[in-house]
Amino acid sequence: MTKELTPQEMLRIDLTPPNRDWMDIPTVIKPGIYCYPAKPEKVEIVGMPNPHVWSPLDDDWGLPDDWKETFLNGMRERLNKHRSFKIFMDICVRCGACADKCHFFLGSGDPKNMPVARAELIRSIYRGEFTRAGRILGRLAGGRKLTEDVLKEIWYYMFQCTECRRCSLFCPYGIDTAEVTIIGRELINLFGLNINWIQEPVANCYETGNHLGLLPHTFKQNVEFMCMDIEEFVGINIEPPFNRKGAEILFVTPSGDVFAEPGIYTLMGYLMLFEHLGLDYTWSTYASEGGNFGFFTALDMAQRLNAKIYAEAKRLGVKWILGGECGHMWRVVHQYMNTFNGPPDFLEEPVSPITGTRFENASSAKMVHISEFTADLIKHGKLKLNPKRNDHLKVTYHDSCNPSRGMGLFEEPRYIIKNVCNNFYEMPENTIREQTFCCGSGAGLNAGENMELRLRGGLPRANAVKYVHERYGVNMLSCVCAIDRAVLPASMEYWVPEVNVCGVSELVGNALVMEGEHERPTDLRGEEIPGFAKAESEEVTKDV
Amino acid sequence: MAARILFPLGVVFIIVAVALVGGSISFLQPLFSVVLLYVAFAVFFFGFMARVVYWAKSPVPFRIPTTAGQEISLPWIKWSKIDNPSTTGGVLLRMFFEICLFRSLFRNLRSDLRSGWLIHSPTKWLWFLALGFHYSFLVIALRHLRLFVQPIPGFVETLDAVDGMFQIGIPPIYLTDIIILLAVSGLLIRRLCLPKVRFISLAADYFPLFLILGIVISGLLMRFVFRVDITAVKALANGVVSFHPVVPKGIGAIFFVHLALVCTLIAYFPFSKLMHMGGVFMTPTRNLANTNRMAYHENPWRKPPKFHSYEEYEDMYRDYMKEAGLPLEREE
Repeated sequence: MTKELTPQEMLRIDLTPPNRDWMDIPTVIKPGIYCYPAKPEKVEIVGMPNPHVWSPLDDDWGLPDDWKETFLNGMRERLNKHRSFKIFMDICVRCGACADKCHFFLGSGDPKNMPVARAELIRSIYRGEFTRAGRILGRLAGGRKLTEDVLKEIWYYMFQCTECRRCSLFCPYGIDTAEVTIIGRELINLFGLNINWIQEPVANCYETGNHLGLLPHTFKQNVEFMCMDIEEFVGINIEPPFNRKGAEILFVTPSGDVFAEPGIYTLMGYLMLFEHLGLDYTWSTYASEGGNFGFFTALDMAQRLNAKIYAEAKRLGVKWILGGECGHMWRVVHQYMNTFNGPPDFLEEPVSPITGTRFENASSAKMVHISEFTADLIKHGKLKLNPKRNDHLKVTYHDSCNPSRGMGLFEEPRYIIKNVCNNFYEMPENTIREQTFCCGSGAGLNAGENMELRLRGGLPRANAVKYVHERYGVNMLSCVCAIDRAVLPASMEYWVPEVNVCGVSELVGNALVMEGEHERPTDLRGEEIPGFAKAESEEVTKDV
Repeated sequence: MAARILFPLGVVFIIVAVALVGGSISFLQPLFSVVLLYVAFAVFFFGFMARVVYWAKSPVPFRIPTTAGQEISLPWIKWSKIDNPSTTGGVLLRMFFEICLFRSLFRNLRSDLRSGWLIHSPTKWLWFLALGFHYSFLVIALRHLRLFVQPIPGFVETLDAVDGMFQIGIPPIYLTDIIILLAVSGLLIRRLCLPKVRFISLAADYFPLFLILGIVISGLLMRFVFRVDITAVKALANGVVSFHPVVPKGIGAIFFVHLALVCTLIAYFPFSKLMHMGGVFMTPTRNLANTNRMAYHENPWRKPPKFHSYEEYEDMYRDYMKEAGLPLEREE
């Protein structure tokens, strides 16, 4: 497994598939490439089918007797519900444009991780069970029957896709593997075959309001701990509001930012920004999760978890919602939330209370991205910034997959970074913006037991970071995604050990000059900034 | 693996053989020309419609464009109006570039691992071959209108003149004939020789290539080697179009081979991957505007979600919340 593989060994990747029929290559489930199965109690909490104890390494997966019928009926139902699924089953010409676009293929060389091949795992069932040619001609028509081995293979590879949509960008017909994976996972979930790393956060989020299962008082405490750190490093006392009715804005961010490094520094950035602005806002302990692992389970589960955000906005009587930095959270917020649980007519079109800017692009869903909000503040000169406080950092920026290819958030974070940092370097152009590579651990695959897969999937991103690290001395990888912040440190430690990971709002927090702050010889991590020991901090202040 | 290649190749050879025999027997000629054409076009027409209706019956529950550029955002941020369109005009342009110029394929990169570095470099081969193939096919199909439409439309004459302007050989060879031959061969060689593409290729991928190659070769043979009586062919085509079919005598057997391959392609079309021709117009990741947060998109099968309400939450954690000083709806 991973621990024994050095990066040099891991890099021995053969991207040439064998000269064999892929249907003849048996799938062997390998440790390090799969996540542990969902615990029955976590399946039960949200009322999903067939909670049971099982293991991917066992022969018997505890499938119900009628599993095959359930799967095929489930597939038929989804073909009727999603035009995308029907079309994507029918029109792939297997041109191979997507083949080497997937980070898991590039990092592992497993030919079934070519997006087209992964989708063919399900397409072959579609042809073999649903089309006449496939039923009669079988393999000659590219069809195969659904067997237990086929189901296991589908399971294995549906959890080797992070729904990043990079392949969809290059497909001449826009075939989106994420759609196939989303539906593939829905089908898998009809038998209780989820992985626990997804199922447990879903169950937690359902009951406590966040993935980590932080109870209301713990959530509040954790945020307050960060305020103590801010007091120490900045000298400002912040008392953030929780569950406060009548606030103008509800702020929702992924709970990862409340819990672990380096997300907590991003959280400190938010807290300082809001305090500095005197923003009339509130946190919620009930809707305390922006991320949505339900999205990696089934769309109706995503809808159920997402429902809390609008429900809480309504209960608290806020005018609009501000969202923190997160990847798939923004796919859901941007492309699904309004349809899932809107339109939220009880809210108002978002208007920045500081600059008066109307966020017209959010006029219906009423939720604004923190980068949109902050970029607008900087443009209007509402923030006093000292980018020198980030001079110890040479920063590059990782576009998270979902805000990139499911939204189009490219310029806002870059504008912010360029205003709060003096040293910013882009990674090679075919690895950023809409062509960005996934961190390798998205879509709920960031479990520890899955480390080999994560490191392999993380290779293309890490490789591009390594390039700017060696060329420009980049030592900080910034991003706007909580999963990135949770998983890229491990990827960096393995592939590019000298690079750390931060959120964009952490960089803002570092540079933000707050009224009444004391001398700040350290950054938000408590690390000394060269040149800022004693009385130097006020020397160069840039008004933006 | 070999069966995936040999089976479709065998089928094409069988079609050729059967048509050669059928075309040489005069009482079978109506079957191998008129009947085949009517059947093929009927299957194509109704099959195509049926497939499109089948797709259209499923709703588009979510608005899921793949955004390939900067979103519409703050007024001073340059917005990528075509790659991330938020207006109907933008979507139409995006679809135009996608359908007419193969925009996404133009983006293609090849990624190689060389001494520890992943290199992603632009590659235009697939785009080039695909564009060459599709456009030459289109031009050739339009040129064939001269057989069916009387008088010959002006644009067909123009097309003919432009396509044949190099005047190479007698009769002059058309540019598109050369391009399609090279492009289809290129696409086939690619499929046979590139390990990644070979790995994913099915019989259904080789079959259309063999068919089209057969069509091109038989067409060229008819023009340059086994000349057929073009007046007779035209009479046959006119008869078919005017629903007064006649089968003139003296059309060479090679013509029936060409026609049989064309009819097979047309009839096979609606049941195959060739339906990407219709599907590309309907793909939700390309034909939707990114107005996601600006306009409500309705899901016709939406059900109200069953979720853990705030009241249930407060009931569950009231004591903790009270102790932590969090505001409550109810004290008890």
